[in-house]
Amino acid sequence: MSLQKFIDQAISPWMQSEGPDADIVLSSRIRLARNLTDFAFPVNASKDQREKAFHYIKERLEKEAYHSMGQFEWINMDGLEPIEKEVLVEKHLISPNLIQYSNHAAVLINENESVSIMVNEEDHLRIQCLFPGFQLNEALTLSNGIDDWLEEKFNYAFHETRGYLTSCPTNVGTGLRASVMVHLPALMLTQRMNRIAPAINQFGLVVRGIYGEGSEALGNVFQISNQMTLGKSEEDIVEDLRGVVMQLIQQEKAARRDLLDMSKIQLEDRIYRSYGVLAYSRIIHSKEAATCLSDVRLGIDLGLIKGVSRSILNELMVLTQPGFLQHYFKEALSPDERDIKRATLIRERLNLEDFQKPTD
Amino acid sequence: MECQECHLRPATLHFTKIVNGDKMEYHLCDQCAKEKGDVMAGSGSFSIHHLLSGLLNFEQHVGENHHHNHSVLKCPKCGLTYPEFVEIGKFGCDECYKAFHDKLDPVFRKVHSGNTMHTGKIPKRAGKNMNMKRKVSTLKETLQKLIEDEEFEKAAEIRDEIRALENGRNDE
Ligand SMILES: [Zn+2]
Ligand SMILES: [Zn+2]
Repeated sequence: MSLQKFIDQAISPWMQSEGPDADIVLSSRIRLARNLTDFAFPVNASKDQREKAFHYIKERLEKEAYHSMGQFEWINMDGLEPIEKEVLVEKHLISPNLIQYSNHAAVLINENESVSIMVNEEDHLRIQCLFPGFQLNEALTLSNGIDDWLEEKFNYAFHETRGYLTSCPTNVGTGLRASVMVHLPALMLTQRMNRIAPAINQFGLVVRGIYGEGSEALGNVFQISNQMTLGKSEEDIVEDLRGVVMQLIQQEKAARRDLLDMSKIQLEDRIYRSYGVLAYSRIIHSKEAATCLSDVRLGIDLGLIKGVSRSILNELMVLTQPGFLQHYFKEALSPDERDIKRATLIRERLNLEDFQKPTD
Repeated sequence: MECQECHLRPATLHFTKIVNGDKMEYHLCDQCAKEKGDVMAGSGSFSIHHLLSGLLNFEQHVGENHHHNHSVLKCPKCGLTYPEFVEIGKFGCDECYKAFHDKLDPVFRKVHSGNTMHTGKIPKRAGKNMNMKRKVSTLKETLQKLIEDEEFEKAAEIRDEIRALENGRNDE
């Protein structure tokens, strides 16, 4: 398969369009946790109960369509190869938990992969809506619509004072987790993130790094999400997160301006070196790749690198993860082999671009 | 910022927790967070196990002086006991919320910044029933008062209204 074709299949269609504030906010996500009153929650349920709930849900959803969105594809976890499952996790379409519980578990995915509904994860139903850029309200509206549609088919576990009842006490009430994925290279380079992250926590929000085989904030990509789900309305939870992210965008923009004003030559040096590493290296670890991709993406956002598409960061962050690498090269790879294949894939991907050499 | 536990890896997880009324800040790397098994909202891998165990231990301590109310709470629908809930940190079914109701306020207060009541969305179908139930119970109170006041004519009207509402529910 050609790389372009592979990318078209590997990158969710919703990711290929740009949303508002795309220079900093990569994506916005809303997740709603819902349970049925007719069955025990999946985590503690017996095998028999899990199976009953699974078939009950399948019967009512398998061939259903939500408005103009077209039919959802029902994917049984039992029927997938381990690598296929990993790829779904790397595309953020399912959680690692769904693999763990893959007995009588499934996911429904719409055509452009912006909506996924996990079945029999920790809760009976987990609705997720993903939007490119900064579109939390849009994601909430869509999630609410899908939620209403599901409620027509299922008797929700709902309590007057506790709200939507979830398996874990940390999700009860709204069952809502709102999050944005942000790229903050300038706040990291200027070391301002150290002060900002604790300040964000003061608003009841969680900041965490995502991506990577290990554990760090690879590629300066962070996820910011609400911690509490009970006692605030859905709109307020989203509005509070939105407010903080708007300030974060301003801070990142200011830091980018400061870098250009005060250390342009150092910044250019860093960005072009990183481009060189990505374009010519033969062995690259995921951490180094992420750092260089973040630099190059910053270079594109600041107009220092021309002819390379912005989506390269999001795309290659996804494609160079272990599951995708093995999926693309169609073989199991050891960590050392992955580093070689990762470098190959990045070089091939950059070859599809029309990088314009700087004139000076 | 470095991880406050290992001082080796950069902290990727930042959150605050109210412990005994004091706000505590945590800055951990993913690995230490996992080892600590601490609250990590937004990810499936966290456990609120420690938090819950702490609460239960506290209760057992108090319970030593109150042997008479020491019977173990158990959910009639799924069979989960309160100690089991504390052990796993997950409810077994929706009835667990009712079965353990009296013990849950402190748990929710800790996890949700002092909140115990849902103020968000109400589902259309499940909520319709909820509104109806609320109306019926208010009407029943009114009915009781009318009977006490010997206002039988009005009481009959209210009684019919309650019947109509309850029949409406049965038709659904
Ligand atoms: Zn650590
Ligand atoms: Zn139960």
